[in-house]
Amino acid sequence: MTPLLEAAALTRTFGARRAVDGVSLALAAGEALALFGPNGAGKTTLLRLLAGLLKPGAGSAHVAGQPLPSVPARARVGLISHRTMLYDALSARENVRFAARLHALPDAAGATQSALEALRVADRADVPVRALSRGLQQRVAIARAVVHSPDVILADEPYTGLDEQGSAALTALLRERRVAGAALVVVTHHLQEGLAVASHAAIMRQGRFVRQEATDGLDASVYAATYRELVA
Amino acid sequence: MNTAPPGLLAAAWLIARKDLAIEFRTRSAFLSALVLSLLSLVIFYFAWDPTAVAALDVAPGILWVTFTFSGLLGLHRSFGVEAQERAMDALLVAPVPRESIFLGKAFANLVFVLGVQLVALPALALFYNLPFGTVVSSLALVMVLAAIGLVCVGTLFAGITANTRMAELLLPVLALPFFVPIVLPAATATARLLAGRPLAESMAWLRILLAFDLVFLYACTIAFPFTLED
Amino acid sequence: MTSTPSARARAGIDWFALVAIVAMGAAFVRAIVFTPPDRLQGFAQKIFYVHLPSAWVAFLAFGLTAIAGGVWLFLKDPRLDRFAESSAEVGVIFTTGVLISGPLWGKPIWGAWWVWDARLTLTLFLWFLYLGYLVLRSAVDDREARARYSAVVGILGALLIPFIHLSVYIFRTQHPTPIVANPTGIQMPGVMITTLFLALGAFTLLYVALVRARMRLASERDALLDQAAAESTP
Repeated sequence: MTPLLEAAALTRTFGARRAVDGVSLALAAGEALALFGPNGAGKTTLLRLLAGLLKPGAGSAHVAGQPLPSVPARARVGLISHRTMLYDALSARENVRFAARLHALPDAAGATQSALEALRVADRADVPVRALSRGLQQRVAIARAVVHSPDVILADEPYTGLDEQGSAALTALLRERRVAGAALVVVTHHLQEGLAVASHAAIMRQGRFVRQEATDGLDASVYAATYRELVA
Repeated sequence: MNTAPPGLLAAAWLIARKDLAIEFRTRSAFLSALVLSLLSLVIFYFAWDPTAVAALDVAPGILWVTFTFSGLLGLHRSFGVEAQERAMDALLVAPVPRESIFLGKAFANLVFVLGVQLVALPALALFYNLPFGTVVSSLALVMVLAAIGLVCVGTLFAGITANTRMAELLLPVLALPFFVPIVLPAATATARLLAGRPLAESMAWLRILLAFDLVFLYACTIAFPFTLED
Repeated sequence: MTSTPSARARAGIDWFALVAIVAMGAAFVRAIVFTPPDRLQGFAQKIFYVHLPSAWVAFLAFGLTAIAGGVWLFLKDPRLDRFAESSAEVGVIFTTGVLISGPLWGKPIWGAWWVWDARLTLTLFLWFLYLGYLVLRSAVDDREARARYSAVVGILGALLIPFIHLSVYIFRTQHPTPIVANPTGIQMPGVMITTLFLALGAFTLLYVALVRARMRLASERDALLDQAAAESTP
């Protein structure tokens, strides 16, 4: 069976700097990779490569067998970045509904409402995004990214700015998507948060995966020690 | 969920509607462009000696200079809203053809430019005491043909300059030479129409405008994805 | 000629540039000393041997810039972008030459320094167009993005030129009708034609020499930037 998300020897250089250097990964349905690493390790670049926003210098990425950045591959991807990617003059509902329509969802309004409810922002959905706090904006951003129930969710520091309620809603959502058969890549600095939703974990440094393992029975404190050892 | 992604024009329409909704909410760019248009019409009036030159001779030039510069103001805003929170990334990940982003933005800009013109043209007639009534439909044709070409090139360049330093300055420097084959025919045709000559006499100019529109609509739509592929 | 000291040290003497300079000198000497003055225009006509070859090189340079940009979009070879950059810059210099030599001739013949003649106007817009191109290049730091944007602008610029030409031409024309590329055949004494073609050849050689030197400079600059980037990353 073809993996849902597959990358083969992805490489991307900026000038002479190799931001991502020969990264390969394969995630099947229901698998989630938590990606850790210091600043400048290439995590964001890798995520942008997997979203089809950057072209790899070498290697390739596929979503359900479709090459990126083709339209059928992009249709299955949901991207959460550390920028909200929202239009601040429009309301939360308008932002999410716009995304739903770009994905040609048959019931755009219904999908919008349930995404907003899942992130618990439905009651503030009709004021301009500009008027919302950073944390609420982040929830709207997540709702926008998952409104089309993507098969592949790529999340770059998705917990940034979220309060406890927001974090809990996000964790619940990510787990639910996993059960529903989605593949996840979550980039975060916070080991606990990452491991809470992951089936696999990887540590990235200088553009490469320096460690990659399944997280079943992985003890967070032991892993933290490993991380410090590798990154320090 | 597997639904067929929207087609080129459907996606372009969604993006244009979104841009127009944002502009309608804030109105900041539209109002600035409008005020700039009216201001420049007024300022040109004071630089003009009505005893030496007839209004019919200066009006076309004033109209098209005003039109060009107020248009640039709207074009610049077009990609600004995408850059602010990197909303452009979301558009690029969405399953829509790259070309539809260009077409949508160009269409929204066309509405913007024509909207400004809808106010500026009667203002010109009022301030310079010109009889537009009889030629208004021919003039509208020239306006629309010129606006299409202006918006095609302008939208593409706004997309390019949005990613550069000093975008506000670079856009006019880059775009104005491209507006020569628009402004020159349009201003000449306007002058002839205002002088009461039949539209048929300006056909050569209209053909240049039409050819420009077709060539650059096609070329810019094809070129736009090349400005993105990172 | 314009190569950096290190490039000269590595490459030795730029023989090509030397040949171009000698050819330029020969063309000028022949034009001034050995070619008879025009019966009607007198000495002013000599400017023609600078004006027309400059215009030729300007159009050649911008045409090649557009082509190099177009090919870059498919091959992504940095050398093509360095060529486009160099050719556009050299092209602007020769366009400036056209814009200066035109009025120098226009003053005695047309009686005014600047005349809004169709060809001169076209050249002026060409000059603005490619100055814009160079300003754009200077405003983008990322090398690949810079190449991408300038390729697109270069191609659209080439598409634009016929439109500007057409519109300014219908608008007004005062330029002497082409004497060389005239459908009724070349209307000039043979000795003048020989001089003209010598000048055309010499200017083309100079263009190639300048672009070569400018490309060396560009590739050294890129190498230095790469080196700096490599040193700044741990």
